Amino acid sequence: MSPKTLYDKIWDAHVAHEAEDGTCLLYIDRHLVHEVTSPQAFEGLRMTGRTVRRPEQTIAVPDHNVPTTLDRANAETMTEDSRIQVAALDKNAKDFGLHYYPVSDVRQGIVHIVGPEQGWTLPGMTVVCGDSHTATHGAFGALAHGIGTSEVEHVLATQTLIQKKSKNMKVEITGKLRPGVTAKDITLSVIGATGTAGGTGYVIEYCGEAIRDLSMEGRMTVCNMAIEGGARAGLIAPDEKTFEYCKGRPHAPKGAQWEAALEWWKTLYSDDDAQWDAVITLKGEDIAPVVTWGTSPEDVLPITAVVPAADSFEGGKVGAAQRSLDYMDLTPGTPLSDINIDTVFIGSCTNGRIEDLRAAAEILKGKKKKDGLRAMVVPGSGLVRAQAEEEGLAQIFIDAGFEWRLAGCSMCLAMNPDQLAPGERCAATSNRNFEGRQGRGGRTHLMSPAMAAAAAITGKLTDVRDLM
Amino acid sequence: MDKFTTLSGIAAPLPLVNIDTDMIIPKQFLKTIKRSGLGVNLFDEMRYDDDRNEIADFVLNQTKYRDAQILVAGDNFGCGSSREHAPWAIKDFGITCVIAPSFADIFYNNCFKNGILPIALPQDQVDVLMKDAENGSNARIEVDLEAQTITSSDGDTFSFEVDSFKKHCLINGLDDIGLTMEKAASIDTFEAEAAQSRPWV
Repeated sequence: MSPKTLYDKIWDAHVAHEAEDGTCLLYIDRHLVHEVTSPQAFEGLRMTGRTVRRPEQTIAVPDHNVPTTLDRANAETMTEDSRIQVAALDKNAKDFGLHYYPVSDVRQGIVHIVGPEQGWTLPGMTVVCGDSHTATHGAFGALAHGIGTSEVEHVLATQTLIQKKSKNMKVEITGKLRPGVTAKDITLSVIGATGTAGGTGYVIEYCGEAIRDLSMEGRMTVCNMAIEGGARAGLIAPDEKTFEYCKGRPHAPKGAQWEAALEWWKTLYSDDDAQWDAVITLKGEDIAPVVTWGTSPEDVLPITAVVPAADSFEGGKVGAAQRSLDYMDLTPGTPLSDINIDTVFIGSCTNGRIEDLRAAAEILKGKKKKDGLRAMVVPGSGLVRAQAEEEGLAQIFIDAGFEWRLAGCSMCLAMNPDQLAPGERCAATSNRNFEGRQGRGGRTHLMSPAMAAAAAITGKLTDVRDLM
Repeated sequence: MDKFTTLSGIAAPLPLVNIDTDMIIPKQFLKTIKRSGLGVNLFDEMRYDDDRNEIADFVLNQTKYRDAQILVAGDNFGCGSSREHAPWAIKDFGITCVIAPSFADIFYNNCFKNGILPIALPQDQVDVLMKDAENGSNARIEVDLEAQTITSSDGDTFSFEVDSFKKHCLINGLDDIGLTMEKAASIDTFEAEAAQSRPWV
């Protein structure tokens, strides 16, 4: 048998039909649904008299719109259009018989945190969601990617997607990470190396010692941002850490089925002599704590660097960099660690898991945020929140002067009331620094939770290693 | 879905790289439960000031580009989120063809579900069309999907690549859910086999 990559193996196990031109129907094991990209899909089903083919494999949770303030049970905290969208998901989940975690459920949270937490995401599966950060689930060795609303409707109706196979890219991170360097620094550094279009047309498999050494939470952070590098999906081969994470979760298999699943999962790795269409290698030791300076996730530099000049780039990027510098109100040559911030946001599907909160709390313990700074922690799910309270992390955040919020996407995309004002500058653990992403005129610097915590203490972008 | 066969139209130049989905349609407009009516908010934050007045020098606010049917843009167009509101807004504005050196994957696929043809061309050819587009209403660009060609107002003709299945669906305005449902037997068979081989799913 010819050698295969992990992607080849998962793909081959899910082709339900292949046409002569290579167009395939890829069978979907798990379909995650949220309130923003699904109402038009359900409306489409109703208009055509179609139904959901596999409601038992379809999981819905509201996350993008929901307020994260403690008074959110009061409907007044939501705008009318947000309320309608969440109510539509309530109704669609009920009418079509989906698994549903409503706002009132402690298990509610960001869809990409809830899926793994509840054991819906398992190795070797195909997972889709009408959300680009579905790439997150690749951390389990599941082929997971974002789809548009028309494709949401297609999966609801047929449990398949029309797909052609992508190319294989290997991203290897060798060796060990240095202290203060995290999964977020890895994934941002990879995008810095490849550019935001570098992964277009590929499925990336992340491998190497530094990836193996990451926890499942860290691996989810790495895969989450595969889409920011343009890739269709990111993957990490499952191992003992993966199996340990999955075991005992509410929707993970039990008993004999667990054993059978495990036997197959252990075959899910890229063969030694598998063929790669592209290979990128970074040394773990070379990766520093990084921040973004511009308005694309590829605008990433070590915290020890200075703001670059637009003319240090080439081609169309010169104009883009100048536009970014103007938007971000930054002067070339300024040390990144001299940039003052107004706000700190810790949360999102990139960095809203328990390990992220532990990393931030470790830096904040016994310290206070800088006076006048706005700071919030938004746990990725109700269960992450509960665990953080049990571990005493919540108290550390509260003592440091942070707001301790309920679960949701929050200020990552600012669809709920958590937004930046024009000109407000934010140290954020989320995934996109696009113009207006966190609010019109808002300025976003992406970084790890530990780096965001450090910035909260000093009131400026800060090398976390100076506080360790 | 609306068919796309040929198009002769004014092209609006937007020479920026990495035009992301937040630029195309900011999140406050994702709260709709409809697909229609988003054209007025296309490129909203670039198009209107804080008081909702049009920003005069933004390309789509210029008289000559108000009826543009084609957009010519920089590398990695449509990067960012999976929001189909982006192609919905583009279509609702009246643009049915976007030309760029490259597109983000999800956005590219979303276009085909909405009767929009995204065309990836080498940078030097995009540069020619960008220059053409800067001539406004004096320059009409011709697109022929069947022939897979695009012709500038000066008569330069470029060929483009498009997946055969996507082309077929676009030319005939086909509903791909209906097409997939014709293959229901294959899906039934797959599910029956998977129930044996991967019962935990």
